[in-house]
Amino acid sequence: MKRVAIVGAGCSKFGKREDASMQELAFEAVKKALDDAEVTTADLDATFVGNANQFLTNQAQPGALVTDYVGMNPKPSYTVVDACSSGSGALRAAWASICSGLHDTALVCGVEKMTEISTAKMTEALGRAGDTRWEVLPTGIPNPGAYALLACVHMHEFGMTDRQLASVAVKAHHYGMMNPLAHFQKKITIEDALKSRMISYPLRLYDCSLVSDGSAAVILASEEKAKEMTDTPVFVDGLGAATDTVALHSRTSFTGLKCAELAAKQAYKMANVGPNDINVACVHDCFTISEIIAYESLGFCERGQGGKFVEEGQSYIGGKIPTNVDGGLKSKGHPLGATGVAMAVEITKQLRGECGQRQVPGAEIGLSHNLGMHGTHAYVHIYRR
Amino acid sequence: MTTPMLSNKEGKKTTAAPYNTKVAGFFDSLKENKLTGTRCVKCKTVYCPPRADCSKCMTSEVEWFELSGRGKLIAYTVVYVSPETWEKFVPYAVALIELEEGPKILAALRDVKQEDIKVGMPVRVVYFETPEGYTVYGFTKA
Repeated sequence: MKRVAIVGAGCSKFGKREDASMQELAFEAVKKALDDAEVTTADLDATFVGNANQFLTNQAQPGALVTDYVGMNPKPSYTVVDACSSGSGALRAAWASICSGLHDTALVCGVEKMTEISTAKMTEALGRAGDTRWEVLPTGIPNPGAYALLACVHMHEFGMTDRQLASVAVKAHHYGMMNPLAHFQKKITIEDALKSRMISYPLRLYDCSLVSDGSAAVILASEEKAKEMTDTPVFVDGLGAATDTVALHSRTSFTGLKCAELAAKQAYKMANVGPNDINVACVHDCFTISEIIAYESLGFCERGQGGKFVEEGQSYIGGKIPTNVDGGLKSKGHPLGATGVAMAVEITKQLRGECGQRQVPGAEIGLSHNLGMHGTHAYVHIYRR
Repeated sequence: MTTPMLSNKEGKKTTAAPYNTKVAGFFDSLKENKLTGTRCVKCKTVYCPPRADCSKCMTSEVEWFELSGRGKLIAYTVVYVSPETWEKFVPYAVALIELEEGPKILAALRDVKQEDIKVGMPVRVVYFETPEGYTVYGFTKA
């Protein structure tokens, strides 16, 4: 099979960005990615935009606006809308378009502006990503509620503890302090996390990722083009994707997320590697429970052992598989559509050895794991330098 | 507790449940305090919430039947930060119920103190009227 590489990568500062509109945020990341690749928009064949939720900005067709603003007209533009995994969906679509020969190069930009509306309105807009008729409307379950149910089952089945959940948050904040682009740069303790206010039992404030504005961009190229463009290509050699039910009531199991397990299996097989080969990972910690389940879905540990994995420090640098050493969604921030692309940016920079204080020494193979909604979409990508 | 999403502020019907669906009969049955579901005539898969179509068989041949309304609680949460339209009801409990006949349903858990909620506990359906005159379902400890 043909290979496709990342030849340029960049992220905006994540945070409450009242100073910038959605398309201005996109411009920040695209500019960095272009400079990183030492190319101009004239060198790129198409734009792939990841954006999750038009209700957040009341801007329909956000992909067209982004494409226009970053100067990619009149090249073709595609938008992927897969909730919180829109960015990874856009990367996968761009990868396929290059592999097919339709394009030689592509710009992938994920962006979300989330803070223009109130938290209550945002909770409503995100909650509507559930099954509105049979679950959201009759019960008032918000987005954290779905993950709270998964946490409830993990506690009951495997004895996972709230201290283990808090351990994920403490790690995220520990590394977020080392990432100048992170939204939240504040050290926290287990006690801080356990004292924070309840959001949706058993999940507390510090179990939840941040509501952030931000953007991320990568430039993809065919192997042939990539070798002309850079000495440090990062190849996307394994891709897995799967879907599961929107309705929680239609799921057969609540001890894990089936679509993430399927996506992981596909990606490992395609890249011809296993979990023990992964040197650095970015996983979808929209809530602390989802990082714990991610360790298990990806085979970093056995099912039910994810809480122990983080508590023992196995996901810190120096542990078995350093995970979310950019601060994760929890501390770096979670601008929905940007998240999957931001994971690709972090892994690219890790494999190029450019991450400074939070660099995983000698990392050669990286992985990203990105979920949409409550495990309705899952994308796993494996990267190799 | 009311269910605010069934009508808008003016009390007019919204486009959401229970309207505009082939399984609106479910809501008519609720008025008679009956919990109903559908069953695929071909593969016998049971759907509650009901479905008009079986995607396993790609058939629309389904039959209605009444469920016992009994089941067990397999997971729960207590919501403290809610969507905008539910703000005045916090905190409220939501549970995933496995019904005796097999299917699962997500529902409001009513009249149970948080400390008394236990995974695995038996539950039964309860019906209540909204101020707009709709009958909706929830579950409570059996």
